[in-house]
Amino acid sequence: MPKDHGIGASLKRREDVRFLTGRGVYTDDMALHGQTYAVFVRSTVAHGRIKSVNTAKAAAMPGVLAVFTGEDFKDVGGNPAGWLINSRDGTPMREPKRPVLAHGKVRHVGDAYAAVVAETYAQAKDAAQQIADDSVIEELPAIVDMKAAVADASNRVHDEIPDNLCFDWGWIEDNRAAVDAAMQAAPHKVTLELVNNRLVPNAMEPRASIGEYNPGTGDYKLTTTSQNPHLTRLLVAAFVLGIPENKLTVVAPDVGGGFGSKIYHYGEEALVLAAAKKLARPVRWTAERSESFLTDAHGRDHVTKIELGCTKDGQILAIRTETLANVGAYLSNFSTATPTFLHGTLMAGPYKVPHVYVNVKTVFTNTAPVDAYRGAGRPEATYSLERIIDKMCRELNLDPFEVRRKNLLTPDQFPYTTPVGLVYDTGNYQATLDKAMAMADVSGFAKRAAESKARGKLRGMGLSTWIEACGIAPSHLVGILGSRVGLYDAATVRVNATGNISVMTGAHSHGQGHETVFAQIVAEKLGIPESSVEIVHGDTSKIPFGMGSYGSRSLAVCGTAMTKAVDKIIAKGKKIAAHMLEASEGDITFEDGKFQVAGTDKAKTFGEIAFSAYVPHNYPLETLEPGLEETAFYDPANFTYPAGAYICEVEVDEGTGKVDVVAFHCADDFGNVMNPLIVEGQVHGGVGQGIGQALLEFTTYDENGQLLTGSYMDYPMPRAEDVPFYNVDYSCQTPCTHNPLGVKGCGEAGAIGSPPAVVNAVIDALHRGGHTHVKHIDMPVSPSRVWSAING
Amino acid sequence: MTKVSMTVNGKAVSGEVEGRTLLSSFLREGLGLTGTHVGCDTSQCGACVVHVDGKPVKSCTVFAADVAGASVKTIEGMANADGSLSVLQQAFQDHHGLQCGFCTPGMVMSSAALLAENPKPTEHEVRHHLEGNICRCTGYHNIVKAVMAASGQDVSAVAAE
Ligand code: FES
Ligand code: FES
Repeated sequence: MPKDHGIGASLKRREDVRFLTGRGVYTDDMALHGQTYAVFVRSTVAHGRIKSVNTAKAAAMPGVLAVFTGEDFKDVGGNPAGWLINSRDGTPMREPKRPVLAHGKVRHVGDAYAAVVAETYAQAKDAAQQIADDSVIEELPAIVDMKAAVADASNRVHDEIPDNLCFDWGWIEDNRAAVDAAMQAAPHKVTLELVNNRLVPNAMEPRASIGEYNPGTGDYKLTTTSQNPHLTRLLVAAFVLGIPENKLTVVAPDVGGGFGSKIYHYGEEALVLAAAKKLARPVRWTAERSESFLTDAHGRDHVTKIELGCTKDGQILAIRTETLANVGAYLSNFSTATPTFLHGTLMAGPYKVPHVYVNVKTVFTNTAPVDAYRGAGRPEATYSLERIIDKMCRELNLDPFEVRRKNLLTPDQFPYTTPVGLVYDTGNYQATLDKAMAMADVSGFAKRAAESKARGKLRGMGLSTWIEACGIAPSHLVGILGSRVGLYDAATVRVNATGNISVMTGAHSHGQGHETVFAQIVAEKLGIPESSVEIVHGDTSKIPFGMGSYGSRSLAVCGTAMTKAVDKIIAKGKKIAAHMLEASEGDITFEDGKFQVAGTDKAKTFGEIAFSAYVPHNYPLETLEPGLEETAFYDPANFTYPAGAYICEVEVDEGTGKVDVVAFHCADDFGNVMNPLIVEGQVHGGVGQGIGQALLEFTTYDENGQLLTGSYMDYPMPRAEDVPFYNVDYSCQTPCTHNPLGVKGCGEAGAIGSPPAVVNAVIDALHRGGHTHVKHIDMPVSPSRVWSAING
Repeated sequence: MTKVSMTVNGKAVSGEVEGRTLLSSFLREGLGLTGTHVGCDTSQCGACVVHVDGKPVKSCTVFAADVAGASVKTIEGMANADGSLSVLQQAFQDHHGLQCGFCTPGMVMSSAALLAENPKPTEHEVRHHLEGNICRCTGYHNIVKAVMAASGQDVSAVAAE
């Protein structure tokens, strides 16, 4: 019988009821007394010098309460990059200021250089148009293509950065010569140039922010669509506006998806706070979808050359990559970590490869900022690696399953130190590969291919064996790597006098189901029903601290903090019980919600202990404080390393080039699984996004820096018809060795492992159809690209 | 400004609207029914779907004034009379057909319209019907499964939950 409660149960999500009845409260759903509306004036050119911004006419328009320009914010701080990356020569990255509103220059289409606040949205919109009409921006040639950007020193996104290069990073630079030598000596060498296509995250809820200011107390409040309200508070308060952190509350209420794009602090948040102070009224802003396309941080956008040296029988000896990574016009908060430490450190994959070297040049362009999007750096690494291994197999006529098996690390090799700086603690990559092959019925493929052929379709099968580092991260390690923040997390467990519990967590749920699964864990540990546990998240005034949710860290890091706080509750409960039961503390056991004197039937329930802590009539007050509330901060000892094997089957229509994903099998190792229903949902969502990247999604700027794919008319989001049912398994479990729950994280797996499986399957189908001249097709593998490849 | 009256979730309502006021804005801002969501500005995402006289409509594409006198149903009106979840809503919860919940009102309203017309849709029919509703979270698997389950079909054979 599967469990029906506690850890491991597929408990239905409690948050669903409010969402299914229209009672969710997202930022834009809040109506506030006296509220006003902000609208931003955004650049229509990709690159331009601001000659004049004339706001006089707009300011006099009906309903207009305030106008702001870059001039108003030129003396406050910029929105900083969270990681300092050094170039190969030791020089620090170039770090241009990212202002609240553009000043001097506009640097991408959508870059805001003014804002209007008015009584109504329509009035603000009209006035914003007036400012646009009254402003003079001298258009400069747009810098769009990365190669051109670094080649042409005369045209600069930031005037002070001559070659548009943020940094030129080598990982690990000291190993470079050895890797070059190994590559040189390898009996066979494979080379592949590929593009990891630029994506727009497209959380379905557009970004929105509401600023409030209380002139009586000087307190600010920001309600915003954020994955990590504490980090936003730190950035807005300490770095940008110079408000004491204790005078700013940041609330992230129900948030409609993030996928990375809502990790970061954006200028609109600072603007609504500054405007709220000026007007002493609430100021709200909600992005239109077109604004989201233009200004949300985009993802991926790497151009990579990868080389692999191997033996003739497919033993990998060396890997070397050179990547141009687009960072866009400004450095978004994690943008410098994403193409480096979230990418280069994964370039050994789940394989035993002695020599790996990664070079990344990160380039400024006149496009929207690029930052972490679901998977963040790891999908790029996995795609490069899994594609070139597939190419190696074709060149050497080797079986892709056997080649993976030959190169995968084996369970006896853990802990394993990779040549790119990580220590994998545990795993069983053969087990997930075997499982995926069984799920996919690999041996039955020929029969299915024949059936497809009978219907006029080419069938192909693609494999990817992937690994990621998540649960970021050990603060001391990320500190060495350049992080400017710590990446621990925190939770407070408050037991009320009547025995029910509020848990305040630093992780933020924007679809992941924390309210359900965190409650399962606390309930199991304390032996009480889930219904007595409430999870509180997303409000800096209620929560001790937290670094938010991204990088599949919520359970591994914040869940551990919560578990540790529960342990402290139990430890204190034992002290109280010892006193009440007149026994020594060491003799008290705690099980199934009962504190008991070992070997006797003398016991107190959890509820009795809680009550006694708040009504301490019979209580060791001389040695123990009353009350039952504990906080724990937890800084992990290592990353966690989920891994798995994905097998995709596609059918390709030779006549049209259209690709259909007809089967998708995932065998994942997430360590211990707390709620299978939620874990499966996370994999489904990630694979859906990965198939979107592989087959459909692309982001195109024309040579003038105009975004051609700026709406759902042009940007192909995966729809229900574009994807199949997914076959998901998580039964291969090697629990994480360094967190008490043994969890690894599952949020990004699908998006990391799936794109290469899809593309490998397409290439496989084409080869089986005799189109062996097709070595590679860049994503998205659209009908026109497939057709051209076949007929090219 | 003109006065517009209609029935929303069985209740007579009226309000002052401009000619350009969209039904989605009227519902959200005029009536405080914020369960209807706005996810795009090109009538593509389907987060705003409501029923107008029983038919699914993207409420961001019609003016409030144009549906004067009509009977409108929103996600807030979908639960059973006693407040419990309807069969379709319950199926979404049972099969984890939602994550962030933002697309959910539109998904439920669109799916309800499908089931009203086609009580036992195939997988393909569900997927095809939902072509105008975008979900970024679920990969659609559990949404399709929930809709099929709500129609009384046995979905236990569908790969994983
Ligand atoms: S808001 Fe109506 S379709 Fe997107
Ligand atoms: S549940 Fe988040 S968009 Fe569908």
